[in-house]
Amino acid sequence: MTTNPAIRVEKLNVSYGDSHVVKDLSFSVAPGESYGIVGESGSGKSTVLRVLSGLNRDWSGTVAIEGQVQPKRRDKAFYRAVQMVFQDPYGSLHPKKTVDDTLAEPLAIHGIGDAEARIARAMSEVGLPASFRFRYPHQLSGGQRQRVAIARALVLEPTILLLDEPTSALDVSIQAEVLNLLQALRQERKLTYILVSHDLAVVAHMCQRLLVMQFGRGVEEMTAATLAARSPQTDYARQLLTASEGFRRVG
Amino acid sequence: MNQSAMNESTSEQPLLELDNLRVDFHTPTGIVQAVRGLSFTLGRERLGIVGESGSGKSMTGRAILDLIPHPGEVRADRLTYRGQDLLTMDKRARRKLRGRHISMVMQDPKFSLNPVRTVGDQIAEAYRVHHKASAREARQRSLAMLEQVQIREPARVYELYPHEVSGGMGQRVMIAMMLIAEPDILIADEPTSALDVTVQLQILKILDDLVTQRGMGLIFISHDLHLVQSFCDRVIVMYGGKAMETLPAAELADESARARRHPYTLGLLGCLPDLDHPKAELATLNRDPAWLA
Repeated sequence: MTTNPAIRVEKLNVSYGDSHVVKDLSFSVAPGESYGIVGESGSGKSTVLRVLSGLNRDWSGTVAIEGQVQPKRRDKAFYRAVQMVFQDPYGSLHPKKTVDDTLAEPLAIHGIGDAEARIARAMSEVGLPASFRFRYPHQLSGGQRQRVAIARALVLEPTILLLDEPTSALDVSIQAEVLNLLQALRQERKLTYILVSHDLAVVAHMCQRLLVMQFGRGVEEMTAATLAARSPQTDYARQLLTASEGFRRVG
Repeated sequence: MNQSAMNESTSEQPLLELDNLRVDFHTPTGIVQAVRGLSFTLGRERLGIVGESGSGKSMTGRAILDLIPHPGEVRADRLTYRGQDLLTMDKRARRKLRGRHISMVMQDPKFSLNPVRTVGDQIAEAYRVHHKASAREARQRSLAMLEQVQIREPARVYELYPHEVSGGMGQRVMIAMMLIAEPDILIADEPTSALDVTVQLQILKILDDLVTQRGMGLIFISHDLHLVQSFCDRVIVMYGGKAMETLPAAELADESARARRHPYTLGLLGCLPDLDHPKAELATLNRDPAWLA
């Protein structure tokens, strides 16, 4: 690990009432790295992203972004550096706002001028034609909506992108397009990604390292190569890998 | 697959025959063709229907059950269940068939179960709708059915409300409810898509055992190629309301059979990230308008 990781999490604990959903979780992500978190529902993987993004303020432990330990309530500079893309492009875009409104809002919040050019650039980067600029979400397909959500995150030129199941609501052919886009953007802009997914193949495709979570704990951290070689150390990770290979009829 | 079941399906008349099925929706802006001329026969087997959203796979399942909502219109040259013509059958008779002989498991148990009644009561009701039975007998049968779908404490689960059961258990309850009337054909529309992978496999195992034991015909509708390939006997690949091709499931993964595959099937397979064949960029799908001609 480098001395100043892009993201460092130490002894993170999150509880909702009586249920302890993230337990003593520690990991760090190097600048420019793409890091995957996999697990089944209830494993706490999305909660980790919500803590990192500042959406969840009820946690204990240490979260440091680019060397700076983060308070519970984040400042504006944090949101310029860290942005999130959500799972469901049908739910994450305001239905009564055009693409233009959606992309202009973060710029207005951060007092960034030159909105016109930035919006046009963000749209072209995610492969949306300029003619889509004044469309409403209902006039877009699922893949196009997810592109708008990615453009919204990119318009502030962040260095870290948190991706919460960015393609699980999309068809496989659209998933391929969105994953290719995310790969290209990361290379171009030297972005750091955390990708949360339940799909091991997607994570292996996108990430260099990944963490398997179960019941709020990090079960095993491994490289994508270890995953592809089918050689995880822990039983649970192996079980997840076997399950993802499809149905096997015994006998 | 079970050998005896296979022989039966070839000797006996098919459970279901479809010829040139069409589902049209007449909307103010024109006619939307959801299914355009689909034909297949179903024996006592596991038939997969795969496709992306909008391919008409769910509408096919619904058309068989006469569950196409207004303003949809179903037409076909032939639609028969064990030789009985479903097209000319009246609504009453169709309703009797539905649930009793042909039934359907939907994707998400959260939206398919009645939230204000216990799950056990709902299973018992499904039995009593189709069979003359006392409340007591229906309860006994429901408990036995819950056990068959591998619920450990049937008596306790019987009394639970849908919000008190997990997704996986809810889906087992749905399967129990659909199978208690002992149908010949089960249509499963994305039955495991809302579930975690490990739970998904348990549910498939239950479905598989029940289908084999009872010699049912299963139509398994899914968007997941890997799953269909590993679970079904035969697969129909649908795109834009048409069958692009029908093939034995094992051939989906068979590299040597690639040359025979339809370009759409190859496209779908190619755009999936694969653990064993990592590549820098995923292939994207080029859709050929000629496929729908």
